[in-house]
Amino acid sequence: MSTKQTLVVIGNGMVGHNFLESFVASDIRDNYEIVTFCEEQRAAYDRVHLTEFFSGKTAEDLSMVSDGFFETNNIKLHLNDKAVEIDTMNKLVVSEKGVAISYDKLVLATGSYAFVPPVTGHDRKNCFVYRTIEDLEAMMEAAKTSKVGAVIGGGLLGLEAAKALQNLNLKTHVVQFSPRLMAAQLDDGGAKMLADKIEALGVSVLTSKNTTSIVDGDECLHKMNFADGSTLETDMILYSAGIRPRDEIARKSEIKVGARGGIVIDDQCKTSAKDVYAIGECAAWNGQTFGLVAPGYSMARTVVADLAGKEASFTGADMSTKLKLNGVDVASIGDPHATAEGSLVYTYQNGADEIYKRIVVSADKKKLLGAVLVGDASGYGTLLQYCLNDIDLPENPDSLILPSRSDESVGLGPDALPASAQICSCFDVTKGQICDAVESGCHTMGELKDCTKAATGCGGCSALLKSVLDCELEKSGFEVNTDMCEHFAFTRQDLYNLVMINKIKTFDDLLSQHGQGRGCDICRQAVGSILASYWNDYILSDDHLSQQDTNDTFLANMQKDGTYSVVPRMTGGEVTPEGLIAIGQIAKKYNLYTKVTGGQRVDLFGARMDQLPLIWQELIDAGFESGHAYGKSLRTVKSCVGSTWCRFGVDDSVGLAVELEHRYKGLRAPHKIKFAVSGCTRECAEAQSKDIGIIATEGGWNLYVCGNGGMKPRHGDLFATDLDKETLIKYIDRVLVFYARTADRLQRTSVWMENMEGGLDYLKSVVIDDKLGLCNDLEEQMQHVVDTYQCEWKTTIADESKVKRFRHFINSDKTDENILFVEERGQIRPANEEERQHMAVTEEA
Amino acid sequence: MSNWIDICPLDDLQADSGVCALVEDKQVAIFYLPKEQAVYAVSNYDPFGKVHVLSRGLLGDIKGEPMIASPLYKQHYSLLTGQCFEDEAVSIEVYAVRIENNRVEVSLEG
Repeated sequence: MSTKQTLVVIGNGMVGHNFLESFVASDIRDNYEIVTFCEEQRAAYDRVHLTEFFSGKTAEDLSMVSDGFFETNNIKLHLNDKAVEIDTMNKLVVSEKGVAISYDKLVLATGSYAFVPPVTGHDRKNCFVYRTIEDLEAMMEAAKTSKVGAVIGGGLLGLEAAKALQNLNLKTHVVQFSPRLMAAQLDDGGAKMLADKIEALGVSVLTSKNTTSIVDGDECLHKMNFADGSTLETDMILYSAGIRPRDEIARKSEIKVGARGGIVIDDQCKTSAKDVYAIGECAAWNGQTFGLVAPGYSMARTVVADLAGKEASFTGADMSTKLKLNGVDVASIGDPHATAEGSLVYTYQNGADEIYKRIVVSADKKKLLGAVLVGDASGYGTLLQYCLNDIDLPENPDSLILPSRSDESVGLGPDALPASAQICSCFDVTKGQICDAVESGCHTMGELKDCTKAATGCGGCSALLKSVLDCELEKSGFEVNTDMCEHFAFTRQDLYNLVMINKIKTFDDLLSQHGQGRGCDICRQAVGSILASYWNDYILSDDHLSQQDTNDTFLANMQKDGTYSVVPRMTGGEVTPEGLIAIGQIAKKYNLYTKVTGGQRVDLFGARMDQLPLIWQELIDAGFESGHAYGKSLRTVKSCVGSTWCRFGVDDSVGLAVELEHRYKGLRAPHKIKFAVSGCTRECAEAQSKDIGIIATEGGWNLYVCGNGGMKPRHGDLFATDLDKETLIKYIDRVLVFYARTADRLQRTSVWMENMEGGLDYLKSVVIDDKLGLCNDLEEQMQHVVDTYQCEWKTTIADESKVKRFRHFINSDKTDENILFVEERGQIRPANEEERQHMAVTEEA
Repeated sequence: MSNWIDICPLDDLQADSGVCALVEDKQVAIFYLPKEQAVYAVSNYDPFGKVHVLSRGLLGDIKGEPMIASPLYKQHYSLLTGQCFEDEAVSIEVYAVRIENNRVEVSLEG
């Protein structure tokens, strides 16, 4: 008989799911059977980033549920079934489909709904709210037959929605009831600057417009009538006029709700009904509801703690926000409206650069109460810390928003923050926790994110996190030694720059001019890679040979028994029957173990060093070239079969894969590089797990960067959408050369991205906006590599002195008799220790 | 007195890198640093990988001591003493080697 209690969670949105995650990670997890209801047809997904659905992200991408989460944690999920009634007397929940569950504890996480102004015609065709993936799908469908779109509501979400409409190629209007945009967060000056900037981007902004009715239009589907007599014609309408708590189930079940809506909760998130909690946007604490996820997560943590009998309370939340709207930085901190008595306001307005900053400080000028930033939100992190941690302001508070005319930094050093300062609000990580993690050995951004989860939510705190990390490392006396090795007191990036600027062409020159000693396996390999990626000379020339790892030296992959494997290039995974037969014959002749790789080509194992030139002579005669499987270089461009054959294919993925593989083959980089191209969003080529991933869409190619499979999988970041081939190639050129120049040695693109200050946005600013003025240079360098490509095996075989190098013995034609194979499943494999002894005995006998 | 065995012409050595010679029945890795006119000989056998591959490793020094890095699992061995830098208990054999009249000679007697 089960002695477990039953915990029911109504709602599987972001907060409901976050609660489940926190709960199953807690030590009371085993005391409960867990049941959850989700009225949508999909379990929890990331509503904050819903707009990205338009830029190519799929419902799966947005999902917040890790694989097998419900199954592994034994949570009964009632999908597509809405809980409709709670019997608080008998502690019973009943669903729309008639499921009835007795609960011991109940958590309401029903969220909110979009407010639709009750005007005549509000429910006409092609009028939508912006809340679920289904809403977005309906909008996309409607956009196909629309030319003009209007968003009612000029708040955060409304402006995001406007961006989405603009991306759907609609002439877009934002219709705001109040006199200014983002009325809750901005003051008049900030809102005016924001409106100007948004209009400059092609979105028209109408303020003080009270919609009175929606009727048939003359040129468009609808005509919106406003109270001031003006009108607006539009084909589509999006309501984004605020949210209301979903409290109907509480009302029906006689659980107390607030005067302005929302299920009333106390500091432990308990409702008026026994053993019933409410969290997230449906809850009203102190008469206040919270439309952000961070307070919801904070409530979820409070409930988990309370259930576990630990002391915890929810004490309100900071509603500060920072975001980028159509490329415009906007931030609001604390109370931007100066409502506190005696508060003082400082404003900086720069019309030329379209920057607006305003801070609100206490009457004694000691504390920061609020701030508004438009056009430049770089000071957000510092200002937020002043505000949240009650840190004393500098003597002249306006120095915080005035442009600095000297080198003097006005930023708040991470050292000035108390240990209790919250660095990451998404996961409630304090500076103290980060310091502990650094002390226990997390010395990179990647490790720190893994360990503390900081900066893995919205990512807004990553710059601050980095500065705390650097500061702690320095303070703890941990010498942040970024030297390559004892022979070069430089980072890989420094060495790359030295090679570029001084046009250094050999390891010996670099060592004699900038290093010391004889070098070692670390720096030789790294410098060899740098020289190869910049100059692209033949890597086995006398100047370069001594820097190559054994795989590069013998242009094959060394295996555990000292033999090598051979991989001819098969661009895009394409191979003719004749080619396949030739490979088969060669494998048979040299008795090689044959296996198909994950990169869609054939790997031939068990070749002795002395056999490599012979095998390659035959492969080259059959029309093959080096596959560079041995190099820290481009490996393969995997592809699905694409529109040529596939019923669902949108574009020719194989054709593009072949073209890209030919373009980038031989490119040497800090580590290996893998590509994939998928012909449609079904993504059969698994492009999102590659360093460079490309997916065909109706509008062109979507580019993903810095993904990885392997030991630590990383989903590629969507970098740009609907690109034509020419732009796509330019972006890839730039990303790859920038990677080759700036990554650490043996750093894959995924880790490079994780450690990049500014992350994806920074990489975009360099590659798309040309922030560093480097793009031409990057493209030229790539073109040089493309133009100087050579098949290293062809070059090697043509040079007798190079072929000589492949003999096992310099003074004998004998081969290494210690290499022994046995047969398994019809092919060779290296003999193991026991088998070797047996073979030796047999031979002697 | 050392018994010097003729191996090959100096030209057959690979600058700043290694080759493998068969000396009697032993596999000997020979490394050549032309800038210092130095030549080193050690066993070609990698005690960790248990295969004969050390001649294919990368050459260099650790705090001034010439060393070879195993191409398999990257342990480092002193070319002067054969001592493994990562594991005190492990070392490889070191042989005498010299260049005479542009010929390379090895002595297994050490």
